[in-house]
Amino acid sequence: MNAEMPVPKPLLTARNLTKNFVVGKTIRPGSGRVLHAVDAIDLDVYPTETLGLVGESGSGKSTLGRCLTRLYDITAGDLTFDGQDIAKADAAALKPVRRKMQMIFQDPSASLNPRRRIRDMLSEVLHVHRIREGAAVEERLQELMELVGLRREYLDRYPHEFSGGQRQRIGIARALAVEPKLIVADEPVSALDVSVQAQVVNLFDELRERLNLTYVFIAHDLAVVRHVSTRVAVMYLGSIAETGETDALYAKPHHPYTRALLSAIPQPHNRGKRERILLAGEIPSPLSPPPGCKFSTRCPYAKDICREQRPQLAAIETGRKVACHFPLD
Amino acid sequence: MTDITEAIRVHAPAVSSRPSSGPWRRAWHILKRDRATLLAAAVFVLIILSTLAAPLYARYVSGTDPFRSNLSARIMVDGKRVKVMQASTEGLGLGVTPIGPTWGPQYLLGADTQGRDVAARLLYGGRNSLLIAASATVICLCLAALVGISAGFFGGWVDKILSRILDILWAFPVYLLAISLSIVLISQGIVIGPIEIGSDSLLLPIFIIGIIYVPYVARPLRGRVLSLKQSEFVLAARGLGIPAWRILLHDILPNVSTMLIVFVPLMMGLNIITESSLSFLSIGVQAPDASWGTIIQDGQTLLYTRPVVALAPGIAIVLTVLSLNVLGDSLRDALDPRTKLV
Repeated sequence: MNAEMPVPKPLLTARNLTKNFVVGKTIRPGSGRVLHAVDAIDLDVYPTETLGLVGESGSGKSTLGRCLTRLYDITAGDLTFDGQDIAKADAAALKPVRRKMQMIFQDPSASLNPRRRIRDMLSEVLHVHRIREGAAVEERLQELMELVGLRREYLDRYPHEFSGGQRQRIGIARALAVEPKLIVADEPVSALDVSVQAQVVNLFDELRERLNLTYVFIAHDLAVVRHVSTRVAVMYLGSIAETGETDALYAKPHHPYTRALLSAIPQPHNRGKRERILLAGEIPSPLSPPPGCKFSTRCPYAKDICREQRPQLAAIETGRKVACHFPLD
Repeated sequence: MTDITEAIRVHAPAVSSRPSSGPWRRAWHILKRDRATLLAAAVFVLIILSTLAAPLYARYVSGTDPFRSNLSARIMVDGKRVKVMQASTEGLGLGVTPIGPTWGPQYLLGADTQGRDVAARLLYGGRNSLLIAASATVICLCLAALVGISAGFFGGWVDKILSRILDILWAFPVYLLAISLSIVLISQGIVIGPIEIGSDSLLLPIFIIGIIYVPYVARPLRGRVLSLKQSEFVLAARGLGIPAWRILLHDILPNVSTMLIVFVPLMMGLNIITESSLSFLSIGVQAPDASWGTIIQDGQTLLYTRPVVALAPGIAIVLTVLSLNVLGDSLRDALDPRTKLV
């Protein structure tokens, strides 16, 4: 979809975005180690696209999502949303930003307060942002339920009275309540049954078309990402390994990690005949990432330079960036 | 609406048609069907009602003043006039032994060493025990809620200071703390400006017992608030730009309140035991006033001749605390959203 469009202005721009956590800190001075969850990431999100963010667990994709929506404070780097610098904005300055940028969480039963009715949750959002007043509130609540495919009578129920898929719909309705431009969805379907996953993924598609939304869709399920995304960014150990248009990237991965990752997708056809790249070892600890290329410890093509010098994310063709000293053809 | 949404609506599992119930109503539905809970509640209510009726019992049934020595009194038992303090027949035959249980209206459970009606004192004592325990529970839970929730929610320096204060209280063994506080306060009383609290005031044990368990409640509350603060729904609320005070009011407090409620019966039971222990050691309720603890102490010297004097308040304590603990357990289960409705 984006391929034929002229390059638009990004809606969200991250430059050198870094998030460190200090773990194991006690009163003793000098204690605690730095965990590099998100390590100097550059990322652009363009209007009306769906950027899929993939990576294995521990790659920092959820942390990145929470930094992009400023649920977490950022350790270093720049973050611009809709022309506004939000890297260091405080709660008050972020309030108008919250109206335009929303987050959907992985586990819908954890992201809904078990002690509140759906109506109270949603109307509080409308009230806080003064989106609707008086009778218009009720109208908007029903509209929201309608949007996510739930019956309006469900407004007066508590979260525990819903199924997982329905709860995720409520999570989506809550995010839509502020009429956002950008939604960061953090593994929105991975906690759901496979049969329900498809319905919710379709709902995402449908909503994007109806409401002109931009998504950052975080997932570890490569098939789901391929289905929803127009562009994909592959993360490994807090860094971006490769970004590109979905179809091009899936067809021809240039980063060895992307290739290994994609080879792990189960195939309905030619079972067992396709070459699978099995990576040795585990993802290294973000407490002590390798000095050179982060993938060098598991990369079958790694050379000396890979272990010493960290490759920068660089464009190798239109719309494709790879962080590798020796990109594959 | 497109076909997709229509299809979803058809396939979405139907939520049951029963009216939506809040967590409290749900808990009530579970509780009222549980026999153990009902029995415990009945026992507890019965105990409260009978202790409330203490003055009626003393005036119209036993007809004695349970707070005055009655060493020379005589009562009618089985149509015979007998002394309350009877000459000892056992051992050397020296001294007097209080009358045993008469199973009649007067001196139903016998007399103590002062010739006072044990049954009447048991009811009056129960009043004090329950009153002290209940007031101490209120004080303890209010303080603990204030400290624990502020420490957890505000974090930072507030948390550091409050947590250290709790640590200091925590460092004392509960009974050591209670005993030292009691000895100091009961020997001197408290004078705060114009307010003077005498050493025989019930406020002293209420205050002492109310303080000593604060860390034991505040700590778990703080932990709960901390974990709630990290929960996704609080994160979601923050992401929606909802102000902190609203998050505290709507997302944190309702989820902490159930925990606080569960503490009520459990702390009440614990406080009854603490109060009785202190009173037993003469550093709780002061004579001639009674509590279950002081009656056990009175019965201590009569343990071999008139065991019922110590047994009766002991049984009262066991019944009360047991019923409270059962109530606490059922309440915890009923308020747990994972408990299924039957």
